[in-house]
Amino acid sequence: MAALARALGDIALAEDALQEAYVAALERWPRDGFPARPSAWIFATARNRALDRLRRERAGREKLQRLTALERVERPAVADESDAMNAIPDDRLGLIFACCHPALGIEARIALTLRTLAGLTVEEIADAFLVPHTTMAQRLVRVKRKIRESGIPFDVPPAERLPERLDDVCAVLYLIFNEGYASSAGDRLVRRELCDEAIRLGRVLNVLMPQEPEVMGLLALMLYHDSRRDARTAADGSMITLGDQDRATWDRAKIAEANALLAGASLHRAPGAYQVQAAIAFAHVRAPSASDVDWNAIAELYGHLEELAPSPIVALNRAVAIGFARGPQAGLGALDALPAEALASYHPYHVARADALSRLGRRAEARAAYRAAIERTQNAAEAAHLRAKLAGIGGR
Amino acid sequence: MKYMLLIYGPKRDREPTPEEWAASMPAWEAFGNELRSHNAYVDAAPLAGTDSATTVRVRDGNRVVTDGPFAETKEWLGGYYIIEAPSLDGAIEAAAMCPGAKDGSVEIRPIVDLGG
Repeated sequence: MAALARALGDIALAEDALQEAYVAALERWPRDGFPARPSAWIFATARNRALDRLRRERAGREKLQRLTALERVERPAVADESDAMNAIPDDRLGLIFACCHPALGIEARIALTLRTLAGLTVEEIADAFLVPHTTMAQRLVRVKRKIRESGIPFDVPPAERLPERLDDVCAVLYLIFNEGYASSAGDRLVRRELCDEAIRLGRVLNVLMPQEPEVMGLLALMLYHDSRRDARTAADGSMITLGDQDRATWDRAKIAEANALLAGASLHRAPGAYQVQAAIAFAHVRAPSASDVDWNAIAELYGHLEELAPSPIVALNRAVAIGFARGPQAGLGALDALPAEALASYHPYHVARADALSRLGRRAEARAAYRAAIERTQNAAEAAHLRAKLAGIGGR
Repeated sequence: MKYMLLIYGPKRDREPTPEEWAASMPAWEAFGNELRSHNAYVDAAPLAGTDSATTVRVRDGNRVVTDGPFAETKEWLGGYYIIEAPSLDGAIEAAAMCPGAKDGSVEIRPIVDLGG
């Protein structure tokens, strides 16, 4: 699929041709027997179908160019073209960079990545993002048309553009992961399949580009988060925060994989935002119990992250870490120094203030802050968790 | 592929003075030369200001001619380049080099090839 799409510069055409090839296989194989190399058969058939279609539509010079390009394509030695990730490395990478191209809208990039690279169905993607199936189908049609019409290349960007383009790719994978990990809406805390796909694509990217420390950092970060996936929700679906989680239930295999990635990344001596975030996750993971967490180190890492990728949310996390490291008074001081306007609609800001105020015994103010947080969270499990905290200090 | 680079700049209160015009020229010339050196240059022209724009619509066979641009916006179309680039990435590289991208914005539109 990736090889075909790259040759054609047209994902939709490649998909259609593959579809036709599979239909042909279903008709012919039972009748004529299985070919010696089924995958090569499928690829050749799909290529021929695409050629037929392009010949039929031979109107403009541009299409003729694609025709010539396609005729040059050799049969790739692949195991199974049904999976875009099994194509030859350059094709896979080219497809990844095309799907995550900054000229595409971010929602379109996410949808296309899940459809084309992860192989999710249109219906699955639509359900994951809580949009009607037809809306998602149209979004995908539009984005494929833009790739074709605007000439978005299926190439690995040149070295001087690689850092920013790789950053775009990482951002798409991390958004997919986060959408699965802390869904912004809906009543389930984890939409597992999105986390799994993001990690799988991260592993593929890391295999294809093994010398990129930020790719290692991103993959490590996702694995650290994911190792706590089962520990985050209680049997009744309610949320358990990091400090209260049963560390024995954390997935040690994922943590070990992440540790190795983070160590490997640090050898490149090129720190980046994903590596620092993974290091923060590591600081949590390495502590044998919640009370052993080195919050001073975490506050320092957040300070580092603020320099690499400044944002009010990073500043908020730093303030929270200061609160744990030096006590609620220092924490509240750091929180009050933040730009309140920029964070007003962000519920974790109100949660952090509420927790600090509660620890200082300023209950009335804490209750108001919890209520502000509950108003602003869209996740039912999280809202229930906050209501329990509010009830704990005599509010409702 | 051919792309049109549409150069949008901030609306000006007045026409640039000859001195201002002359001062801005070397950057545009350098951009044109850069395109030519990559065989990417096809065509280019500045457009006269929106004050001189006339908009024509034909509705029910009747011609409606109005003064001014199609839409009143904060930025106005000041000129264009037509370039040849192997892909959108090449066009983005060219657009980023365009002097108009520094104080305005450059919209990239693929030119549809009707064949023939």
